[in-house]
Amino acid sequence: MAGVEAVQWETVIGLEIHAQLATRSKIFSSSATAYGAAPNSQANLVDLGYPGVLPVLNREAVTMAVKFGLAIGARIAERSVFARKNYFYPDLPKGYQISQYELPIVAGGHLDVVLDDGTRKRVGITRAHLEEDAGKSLHEGMAGVTGIDLNRAGTPLIEIVSEPDMRSAKEAVAYMKKVHTLVRYLEICDGNMQEGSFRCDANVSVRPRGAAKFGTRAEIKNINSFRYVEKAINYEVARQIELLESGGRVVQETRLYDPDKGETRSMRSKEEANDYRYFPDPDLLPLVIDAAAISAVRAQLPELPDEKAARFVRDYALSDYDAGVLTASRELGKFYEDVVRRVGGDAKLCANWVMGDFSAFLNRDNLEIATSKIDAAGLAGLIGRIRDNTISGKIAKEVFETMWEGGQAADAVIDAKGLRQITDTGAIEQAIDDAMARNPGQLADYRSGKDKLFGFFVGQVMKATGGKANPAQLNELLKKKLAAP
Amino acid sequence: MAESRSISMGTVAGLAKALSRGEFSSVELTRDSLARIAREQPRLNAFVTVTAESALAEAAAADGLRQAGRAGPLTGIPLAHKDIFCTDGVLTSCGSKMLANFVAPYDATVVTRLKAAGMVTVGKTNMDEFAMGSSNETSYFGPVRNPWDLECVPGGSSGGSAAAVAARLVPAATATDTGGSIRQPAALTGITGLKPTYGRVSRYGMIAFASSLDQGGTLTASAEDAALLLQVMAGFDPRDSTSVDLPVPDYSATLAAPLQGLRIGLPREFFDKGLEPGCETLIRAALGEYQRLGATLHDISCPNLPLSVPTYYVVAPAECSSNLARFDGVRFGHRCANPKNLADLYRRSRGEGFGAEVKRRIMTGTYVLSAGYYDAYYLKAQQVRQLISRDFAQAFEQVDVIMGPTSPTPAFKLGAKTDDPITMYLNDIYTIGANLAGLPGLSIPCGFLGHLPVGLQLVGPHFSEARLLNVAHRYQLATDWHARLPGAA
Amino acid sequence: MSLSRPDIERIAQLARLDLTEQEVPVYVDSLTRIVGLVGQLESAVTTGIEPMAHPLPGMVQRLRPDEVLETDQHERYQRNAGQVQAGLYLVPKVIE
Repeated sequence: MAGVEAVQWETVIGLEIHAQLATRSKIFSSSATAYGAAPNSQANLVDLGYPGVLPVLNREAVTMAVKFGLAIGARIAERSVFARKNYFYPDLPKGYQISQYELPIVAGGHLDVVLDDGTRKRVGITRAHLEEDAGKSLHEGMAGVTGIDLNRAGTPLIEIVSEPDMRSAKEAVAYMKKVHTLVRYLEICDGNMQEGSFRCDANVSVRPRGAAKFGTRAEIKNINSFRYVEKAINYEVARQIELLESGGRVVQETRLYDPDKGETRSMRSKEEANDYRYFPDPDLLPLVIDAAAISAVRAQLPELPDEKAARFVRDYALSDYDAGVLTASRELGKFYEDVVRRVGGDAKLCANWVMGDFSAFLNRDNLEIATSKIDAAGLAGLIGRIRDNTISGKIAKEVFETMWEGGQAADAVIDAKGLRQITDTGAIEQAIDDAMARNPGQLADYRSGKDKLFGFFVGQVMKATGGKANPAQLNELLKKKLAAP
Repeated sequence: MAESRSISMGTVAGLAKALSRGEFSSVELTRDSLARIAREQPRLNAFVTVTAESALAEAAAADGLRQAGRAGPLTGIPLAHKDIFCTDGVLTSCGSKMLANFVAPYDATVVTRLKAAGMVTVGKTNMDEFAMGSSNETSYFGPVRNPWDLECVPGGSSGGSAAAVAARLVPAATATDTGGSIRQPAALTGITGLKPTYGRVSRYGMIAFASSLDQGGTLTASAEDAALLLQVMAGFDPRDSTSVDLPVPDYSATLAAPLQGLRIGLPREFFDKGLEPGCETLIRAALGEYQRLGATLHDISCPNLPLSVPTYYVVAPAECSSNLARFDGVRFGHRCANPKNLADLYRRSRGEGFGAEVKRRIMTGTYVLSAGYYDAYYLKAQQVRQLISRDFAQAFEQVDVIMGPTSPTPAFKLGAKTDDPITMYLNDIYTIGANLAGLPGLSIPCGFLGHLPVGLQLVGPHFSEARLLNVAHRYQLATDWHARLPGAA
Repeated sequence: MSLSRPDIERIAQLARLDLTEQEVPVYVDSLTRIVGLVGQLESAVTTGIEPMAHPLPGMVQRLRPDEVLETDQHERYQRNAGQVQAGLYLVPKVIE
């Protein structure tokens, strides 16, 4: 390992994110793109690369790529060109992948990410191009053979290529999450990582801190979870540093992350002869997008996450952090605003509830907002009862849980369980008097200066009222009664 | 073949008239055609597949349509398809061992259109393997012979279609032309071959050789017949991104228009030292005939045309190397026995399935696209292609049509050029330019050198098929070279 | 420029073509000649000339509506396949 003059290493990461576009049909054929169909039942003659068939481009895939480009502030190419990337692999039926090479549809954008410590970082996006997905090779349960399912072949993808701007696995994850949020906002990708709709290749290298040149990079292929991205990069960084510090050299190669072993390993099978012989696809003509078409797409763009977060800070007086959390998905932002509107104010209280119990319960039960057991009206009803002092915040948690399990409205739960807060001064005073009468010793101690016993009396009263005494009123009355002998 | 003429030996236009007059039925006509195919097949080897049974059923259906008063101009007329066009449920071999077991599960757009017009498919014609050849000697199914001289090649790659029409086994056949594969065999077998403008006829279902050059067209006995077929074949196809969405003119309507004032351009590059003097004499004679018909002759130059062969032998192999990558033994086509591993499956299936010329072109294309050579070869060739294209565009500012030889020589002997690929490639020296520039071209017979026919080539601006057919038709009204039949000539 | 045996072997590997011992020298010879032929392109002056990828100038890509128009036909399509099992195309084991 490192000697006295230990080299400080800097990590350099660039990501290539593949996002499947949420079109109904494939990029060059009219087969369905639905996930999970029987093998090869969604592979038509074009997808199978049958002799004589030809590709025709899906309009919606183009529109989606343009949306993405506009959302990252990139240039939309007036003219882009489809090229063939030639290589042999069983999941690639034509022996070439139709992609874009020299002239991609989207070039030169960026995304700003907020890191855990609150710092902002801008990640450059070199390009995003349209291409077709490959099929799938299945090895499990097959004796000595590999099975090929081409249902996925021809599913439209945008490949989003970042600049090598990230300096840690955490930054890479933050960036990937940001892209993930964005593509779902734009409704151009369902973001389902288990199904492979959103995945990435990470280009990782290390260099001595301060060095101008990048180190030799390894490409880790096909990582399909945020957690794995972080682990794979960290493993790879450690591997490269150890290699370099022990006098070795990093070789440029493709590696695969094995989540079971938590390590990356070389993919020798894909290594040989990387000569893709790109050339313009003669079956497709230049894709021309004029200014009017771009304007039309721009007009359809939803409010983007950063814009929305800024507005939340401005309109609802939320912190950057809260605004960031609440705009992490379009659905959550919409839900939050729905709650605020129904409650008619107290945006911070609403934010706490949406980010707090509501999100926690969704998480716990693995539910989405669309399938949540409490809708915006329900949550707003509950928050309203906190605001009008019908219940305390603490009781509200109990009410929330009951609402979640039973599906009733807040009022129904409050009534059925008799949780209505006691706000009648007389009743609270009576309970205080009883507590003082039952505990003369403590009363004397309090009056002789043991202030801490205030809490004891709060507890006694709350116990007697079943926790329903209005806390603020109780405080005020108790102070008065305890003080006046 | 000098015996009394069979009914099936007529032209498309003539047969259409006879059918409409009820001189014979489509079933009778088709039977006659099938009988002639069966008799000539051992000599000519023009067919890979004969679809006798379905042809007779189609003919019967055509007769039914006629009785019902719903016959069109092509209803009931026999036709053969080059075996490069996919035909649903029928072997589509592309002249290759690779596809010797391939039954297409769909019809090419050209096939669909001709079927819809009521034409009767009698079979699939032999061809150079994957359309790579100029002599029909690269076919897995053996060479086709020239009906004018069985020792000679019929030209290629559409040699089977050309021989079948030249021998009047069928009145018409489909064909494809990537570098001259319609026009050169038309010239070598004394018939009329039309390669339309790139994009005019759908490529959907036509097994690709070089996608930016391939174009489907016709082999017929006359320009009049070509007009009838093109009328049906041409038109926009949403399944082909390179298909052109332009109205299809009435090609027959303008056939007989006078040629007064027609400006014919003669590129000096078409009359170079490679052109056999006997051919040149016949070409010049044909040009004289055009002068009598009212045309004027103009010497022009397309200075980059001599580079068309090297340009083509970069572009076409490059595209072919990629287009033919799909033949990997997995989903269709030849699969080697007992592959040891994936690499072995690929290498042996392809090594065994492709013939020598196809492998040569795949390797040439792989080489010119590979790292370090792309700019010097592929990019350079695409630039020269642009120059050649501009030469033509400039020429068409001065003239209406370009004329010259289709091929430097008449039909040559089988085996005469198989040793040296370059010698073979130079056969297409006059035809390749039109493919590189996407222009329509036509070859019509213009005389005989000895007993072998010679072709005159016409090239026009984009989408000038109607004019080309008109120019060819007027010549055919004035001459009878196109009406000569092998054995009877 | 002349191609060597290793050149041909490298190209054949890229193109996944098994060549017999007899074929290799034939292709060394004929590809060398073809490369010579296409070498004539060097003589052309092409500075500033836009490469031409398509024969029809000005034509642009047409776009298709995003519609599903296909039904499951895998059994029919797989009749041409060498080896199929449970709807999957089979190849020798691929090791990743």
